[in-house]
Amino acid sequence: MTSPLASWADQLLVLCLLLNFAVLGTSRLGFSVRAVALQGVVLGVLPALVHPFSWHVAAIVVSIVLVKGGVIPLLIIRAVKKAEIEREFQPFIGYIPSLVLGALFTALAFVFAARLPLAPEHAGLLVVPASIATLMCGFLVLMGRRKAISQVLGYLLMENGIFIFGLLLADAMPVMVEAGALLDLLVGVFVMGIVINHISREFSSLDTSRLSALREE
Amino acid sequence: MLLWLIVLLPLSGATIAWLMPDGSKRPFLLPLFGLTHLVLTFLLLADTPPASPGGWILLDALGKLILLSNSLLFAGCSTYAVGYLSYRQERPNRILCSALLVCLSAMTLVTVSQHLGLLWIALEATTVTMAPLIYFNRNARSIEATWKYLLICSVGIAIALLGLFFLAYSTIVAKQDVSLLLGSLITDAPRLHPGWRHAAFIFLLVGFGSKMGLAPLHTWKPDAYGEAPGLVGALLAGGLVNCALLALLRVYQVAIASTEGALFQDVLLTMGLISMAFAAVFMARQSDFKRMLAYSSVEHVGILTVALGLGKGALFGALLHMLNNALTKGVLFLSSGNIHRAYNSKSTNFVRGALRRTPWSGVLFLAAFFAITGSPPFGPFVSEFIIVSSAFVQGHYWGGALFLVFLALIFIGMASTVLPVVMGKIPGDIEKTPYRDTVHTVLPPLVLMGVVLMLGLWIPAPLQGLLREAAGMLGGGE
Repeated sequence: MTSPLASWADQLLVLCLLLNFAVLGTSRLGFSVRAVALQGVVLGVLPALVHPFSWHVAAIVVSIVLVKGGVIPLLIIRAVKKAEIEREFQPFIGYIPSLVLGALFTALAFVFAARLPLAPEHAGLLVVPASIATLMCGFLVLMGRRKAISQVLGYLLMENGIFIFGLLLADAMPVMVEAGALLDLLVGVFVMGIVINHISREFSSLDTSRLSALREE
Repeated sequence: MLLWLIVLLPLSGATIAWLMPDGSKRPFLLPLFGLTHLVLTFLLLADTPPASPGGWILLDALGKLILLSNSLLFAGCSTYAVGYLSYRQERPNRILCSALLVCLSAMTLVTVSQHLGLLWIALEATTVTMAPLIYFNRNARSIEATWKYLLICSVGIAIALLGLFFLAYSTIVAKQDVSLLLGSLITDAPRLHPGWRHAAFIFLLVGFGSKMGLAPLHTWKPDAYGEAPGLVGALLAGGLVNCALLALLRVYQVAIASTEGALFQDVLLTMGLISMAFAAVFMARQSDFKRMLAYSSVEHVGILTVALGLGKGALFGALLHMLNNALTKGVLFLSSGNIHRAYNSKSTNFVRGALRRTPWSGVLFLAAFFAITGSPPFGPFVSEFIIVSSAFVQGHYWGGALFLVFLALIFIGMASTVLPVVMGKIPGDIEKTPYRDTVHTVLPPLVLMGVVLMLGLWIPAPLQGLLREAAGMLGGGE
């Protein structure tokens, strides 16, 4: 990552971190979906900044922006509309505690990343701490919220965190693997969207804590 | 060419199934493609093509074993599906048939990929395509099971991806050629950066472990296995588990080539024993006989992991047990599906005396119970015996003793559920159902049971050779 644009990349990663907090601190599902979508677009642009131009990179950028910024948010927003819910309700972990924990995880991510044995050309970059922090925030959303849609958003944040780490490896990851991973993500969210619609029809709510019929007696 | 054909053929079958307007004829596509896949598998085993240019696609001994077991199991399940779906004509079967064939294609791709990224994609594809199958019954309980399965497995497999990234990064830090090709990873394994390599192994174990259903990452299993139709349960417990196992075996290959093979094996041994302990506890007094099978699956991934942890002579047993477990699980799930249909219930309070109501399925369920708990003369007895004796030969007395204790507890726990279901007296006030055993729903588990019995008495020489070669790849000589 010797490109002069690398400082731009760092700014965008800071934006990603801020978007994590936007998701952690809001109860409005529509807003969260847009925040995750924006994060996806920002991440999609990043490979173009940190790697020299090639058709390989261009293809990745275009497809990620389309899928993460367009198709996936559309799928989720459709599910939100069909289920006729707008807000998360009584999460397991409240919004203020979520924000505090998120800040704590982000701080720890920076401390932890500074101790990691990174390759010399990657030391001092924001990539690794941003990746760990986003992953942890995604996990927090996944565990802390009740609504199925919020859990999908948490999963997407985690995926974004992993993707950020993948920026260090763009040479190792052939186009086919990236495309395949993206396709799997897309189909996964598509299936989750369908299941969400059925949950809301069957339980007349998207509250996953009502999914409790199956347990050991 | 043949390798491409065997991956792409089921996909074309899925497309045909999707486009076919007539729901009553659609199920016949499944055995058509399932049996063709089996024929192709035998052709590939007889004459293996060389690696593709770039080395991404290659069928090695480990891949062959898993391919053989998946293909046998799928052929059985696809034939069974014809009979099953004729009883479930009220349900649209377009999604089921297409998703089954897509899943077959993805499972095949898992067995032939040598590039860990490609393997990950295929494994994730199997996860996603299984979700609509678990949801076949479209009721509140199956939604819950599908949601848990989808969420836990997606997160698990995402963690495995992070593990793969760490592995790739360890090559960068160590200034090796960046690659996720298995061959180069194994050659470079000792020179990879130890910190990142170590983290990679942990993440990969957690990720693939949750997909395999190793305790304590198994929580989705009883729900998914309990609510899915019998044939889907068979594919989950026999097919998907083996695909995840293959992914773990690839990691194992890299781990033993590196300097921390012994540590990795210790972790596997512990996790395996914990899984067996969980299974032993939850198996007791289980009143839902399909959920019980899920715990049996947790037990057997535990046994496989213990065997991998022991290494050396136990590896031959592990690979044989992989085959035995998959096929016996096929019999168990298919016959329990029949019993479920015949009683319209899977609670042991209502299901009693299956031997009289559905004699064939009852006998098969009973025989498969004896097989899976390791009774002679069936295959699992041989493989479990090899594993236990290897534990004692290597001086793992505590491990071996615990292994035997858990097996005994599980036998008792499982018997207390299975025996009343099969023997017992049919309760007087249960509802009448149209289902009785037919050729379509009995022959496939019967054939699979025959193979399990054969593996207990005699292992054909080519298979013996294949098992030895595969065990050798994992570092298990004589």
